[in-house]
Amino acid sequence: MRVEGVALRVHGDDVDTDVMYPGAFLNVEDPEEMAPHLFEGFDPSLRERLANGTILVVDANFGIGSSREHVPLAMKANGIRGVVGRSFARIFFRNCVNLGLAIARCPEAVDAAGDGSRVVIDTEGAVEVDGTRYAAPAAPPFLLELGAAGGLVEWTASRVAR
Amino acid sequence: MLAHCDADELRPGDVVTVRCDVVMANDVSGPVAFRAMERMGATRVFDPDRVVMVADHFMPAKDAKSAELQQRLQRWSEAQGVSYYGQGRGGIEHTLLCEEGWITPGAVIAGGDSHTCTYGALGAFGTGLGSTDIASCLALGSFWQAVPETILVELTGRPAEYVTGKDVILAVLAEIGVGGGTNAVLEFAGPGAEALSVDERLAVANMAVEAGSEAGIFPADEKVAAYLEGRARREWRAERSDEDAEFRRRLAIELDGLEPLVALPHLPGNVVPVSAAAGVPVDQVYIGNCANGTMTDLRQAASILGGRRVHPRTRAIVVPATQAIWREAAAEGLLDAFVEAGAIVSTPTCGACFGGSNGALAAGETAVTTTNRNFRGRMGSPEAGVHLANAWVAAAAAVAGELVHPREIA
Repeated sequence: MRVEGVALRVHGDDVDTDVMYPGAFLNVEDPEEMAPHLFEGFDPSLRERLANGTILVVDANFGIGSSREHVPLAMKANGIRGVVGRSFARIFFRNCVNLGLAIARCPEAVDAAGDGSRVVIDTEGAVEVDGTRYAAPAAPPFLLELGAAGGLVEWTASRVAR
Repeated sequence: MLAHCDADELRPGDVVTVRCDVVMANDVSGPVAFRAMERMGATRVFDPDRVVMVADHFMPAKDAKSAELQQRLQRWSEAQGVSYYGQGRGGIEHTLLCEEGWITPGAVIAGGDSHTCTYGALGAFGTGLGSTDIASCLALGSFWQAVPETILVELTGRPAEYVTGKDVILAVLAEIGVGGGTNAVLEFAGPGAEALSVDERLAVANMAVEAGSEAGIFPADEKVAAYLEGRARREWRAERSDEDAEFRRRLAIELDGLEPLVALPHLPGNVVPVSAAAGVPVDQVYIGNCANGTMTDLRQAASILGGRRVHPRTRAIVVPATQAIWREAAAEGLLDAFVEAGAIVSTPTCGACFGGSNGALAAGETAVTTTNRNFRGRMGSPEAGVHLANAWVAAAAAVAGELVHPREIA
């Protein structure tokens, strides 16, 4: 599966889920109500730079801290299609996978990408930046299965239906 | 994990399906999970006896929206026939579930909160998950998991004066940093681990996630057995690592050699001895949270605040973690001592720990807290600074109006 988008570069290691979605706004359950608060504690102006079809390009240990799914839900509601980073915190990584938000570990792609770069995440194990292809670790088979289903909701629904 | 999946053998990196003994969520993660569960087409939870919901993050509700979340949580729980702890009947989820006997050694707990790792204090595999994961757990009773490696943390000696659980985990963070434990479980072992009380182990396990780990597990020894006596909701058996177990890494921490530690703004891994941070003026002190609102923490705080006054430039908030702890602390005269000193005492709540309500910080303010995160904006203004420390250090800061080594006050 190929997910294409325009890069938005977010700099800095250890970006946490509190700055990306502050605690005071956790009083909502509808992703449309979450969307206006994405990056609120970090840089609210980033929201204005989210073209429909953004791929975030980030540094190491991205998404540390709280398990709040409000972060990737608000990302999706803002038109973000994927995240490419040097490395990810576990729960944030899981949340993206479960929500069908493409996520790839590829330090070379992070080095190559700048704001506006054309980025393609190939879930079989690569990230393309402006046409140049960089290898990324292949996802374990189960994660490919989740991705092919569209996410954990779809995967679980097919099991519930049985 | 072997006991909770269908594999005969496991290696780190293998993705397996893990069965849950308990599935838990709260007023922030629950409603989002219920939406996902509906979309999954699941109308009933897999087993109502294994599901627990706790209203604690916005407790009591700070506005109409949070009141609606709690209403949703309560009504869903009633409709599903699951256990529900609401206002006035519970407390902060992780301390509460231990107190109420939901957590036993070797159990697997899926929690809609990153600090579910706290249950490792009782030898359980508690792990934090997002709401969609929790929804799948509610529907199927299991979650997918890449088998983690293990980092062995060997503790020796006994804690020096004014050193307690919080300092042990801050020492670990100082060594491995906020990413050093990713895709690994912290395993605490050695005579030093056994020297820690159950309350102290809660404080240690609570912050395993700050190192990136899915869990932080202590051995289920006589102290755990004594704690669980008459309390545990199921039979249990202690687990230990094999003699020839392979670890990603080993850390050795001598408790005798520790001094009280402080995590400086704005990362839990930004750790220095309290003496190196002394002198910083403090606007607010916050004592309590999902692992540091226990009787141990409250007694530590009272030993400093009792008979003294909170400094005129400082505000102090004390948050007992559960209704039961609140009453026990009241009976022991601790709450009166805090109020007499000029602190305020809150109902059990997550409150300001995550910037929800009940004690936010203004721009330029400095806080000392016994909580577990000090990211920018965590407790209110992004221009405030939060220092993480143990209850003695926090109480001493309240009295002195600045960060000090507790021995300067006592």
